[in-house]
Amino acid sequence: MDDLYREQIIDRYKNPRMRGKLDPHDYSYQDDNPLCGDRIRVDLRLAEDGRVSEAAFSGEGCAISQASADLLTEAVVGKSLDEIKALDKQDVLDLLGIELGPVRLKCALLSLKVIKAGVYGVDELEEDLA
Amino acid sequence: MMSAVRTIEDLDLDAIRAQFPILQREVHPGVPLVYLDSAATSQKPQRVIDSLSHFLETHNANIHRGIHVLAEEATQEYEAARSKVARLLGAASASEIVFTRNATEAINLVVATWGRAHLRPGDRVLLTEMEHHANLVPWYMLADEIGFSLDFVPVTDDGQLDQGAYQRLLEKQPKMVAFSQMSNVLGTINPVEEMTRRAHDAGALVLVDAAQSVPHMPVDVVALDVDFLAFSGHKMCGPTGIGALYARRDLLESMPPYMGGGEMIKRVGLGTFVPNDVPHKFEAGTPAIAEAVALGEAVDFLSEIGLDRVFAHDQAMISYAMERLEEVPGVRMLGPNPSQRGGVAAFTFDGLHPHDVAQILDGRGIAVRAGHHCAMPLHERYKIPATTRASFYLYSTPGEVDALIEGLYQVKETFG
Repeated sequence: MDDLYREQIIDRYKNPRMRGKLDPHDYSYQDDNPLCGDRIRVDLRLAEDGRVSEAAFSGEGCAISQASADLLTEAVVGKSLDEIKALDKQDVLDLLGIELGPVRLKCALLSLKVIKAGVYGVDELEEDLA
Repeated sequence: MMSAVRTIEDLDLDAIRAQFPILQREVHPGVPLVYLDSAATSQKPQRVIDSLSHFLETHNANIHRGIHVLAEEATQEYEAARSKVARLLGAASASEIVFTRNATEAINLVVATWGRAHLRPGDRVLLTEMEHHANLVPWYMLADEIGFSLDFVPVTDDGQLDQGAYQRLLEKQPKMVAFSQMSNVLGTINPVEEMTRRAHDAGALVLVDAAQSVPHMPVDVVALDVDFLAFSGHKMCGPTGIGALYARRDLLESMPPYMGGGEMIKRVGLGTFVPNDVPHKFEAGTPAIAEAVALGEAVDFLSEIGLDRVFAHDQAMISYAMERLEEVPGVRMLGPNPSQRGGVAAFTFDGLHPHDVAQILDGRGIAVRAGHHCAMPLHERYKIPATTRASFYLYSTPGEVDALIEGLYQVKETFG
């Protein structure tokens, strides 16, 4: 019962490591899921080699969306923009360590959508996530 | 554990629950269903399920056209269902009942026909802040097209329509006032008779969204004196895909048709058509025949029990639920006190997202709704993104409320 709420997810939700804003930043993007009221902003700073040196997220929403944002923001530190573009749904699910049905999948993937939109441009993104 | 099923307000809950097969199932191994989402859709008694299959097994044919036994039987059954709906609502004639897919389509029908024929730039339509999107968006769409104005009756902090503001907004002389009889979030029951009288005094017609009220309480369109009233079958023990619009006969007669096609015409030439008589003028194409017949069965089921007793049960349930919910630290209820509402309890809980609340409850077999319940403006009014909603019906038990409360304590423990 309640496999969705494994210790890691509750812990990340209650004690996020990556919550905050970066000012200045190289990339910042915000999006929401109006159906459930989840809202996430992700800020990224790049090092001279083009890799992410710092990342932070802010926003509000359900435990799945916020834990996913915390884990994903942490995971992109050290990655190049091309490596971020290559992230997909399964990477997020692997970070969370759970399987999700279609309704909650949207919560989990909001942060991925936001990070990729920030580095990628929104138009190409729709195609990529399809 | 869930306490024993009790009998409240005279309803034999064991006997009623025994008629709903789905209430006997487990949702997880060893975890029975606690269904607290009847405001979204009700469960169906065996006799309604049987009515659907019985029609398909014995009478199935298209209606109003064929000259054969099955066609006659099917037509008779379909029109008998219309008469049952008319009797349920106290309508003067079955011809004042138009079958639609649901309340949403019934409202869209009025907007697209009456609205398009009568609303002009500069006109006003009066809605309320507590409306379901079904009674907002169709008006927005036509307002965009035609250029009439919309006003909204504000909601008070305790979840009532502000009647003083209503009176002032009526002074702007709207042509139509459209509001719900019972809010699907707050549970508020609006004073339809009084509001209709005042609307008529101001020269406006009245459309009532009765999606939450017709399934739960006696509704008499003549006593209320409303002009249009919309509801869905699936929230009142009937199947999905069937609902109805009540409209005063003279209004139906004067309104242009809705969709074009078969059945809605008397004759068709090359480039011309003569619309059929009401209500058939508004029922283009083959309708949901078996579903209409099954809705008729649901009307019989509810009428035999008595909608006054269903309502008394809902009120007993909401009183008990609010009493128990208020015991839980962090729960904040929306809406008025139990005497002014039906069996809907929407609440926020400790800043937790309703999806998380609902998901943990689901693990315990408890089905509630989480989100904005198709009433985003109302949630904005209260400055909350979403709520968790438990809703009750004639098969709901106090033990299910107890299960909900225990579930909320588990949510607290999980996120504590």
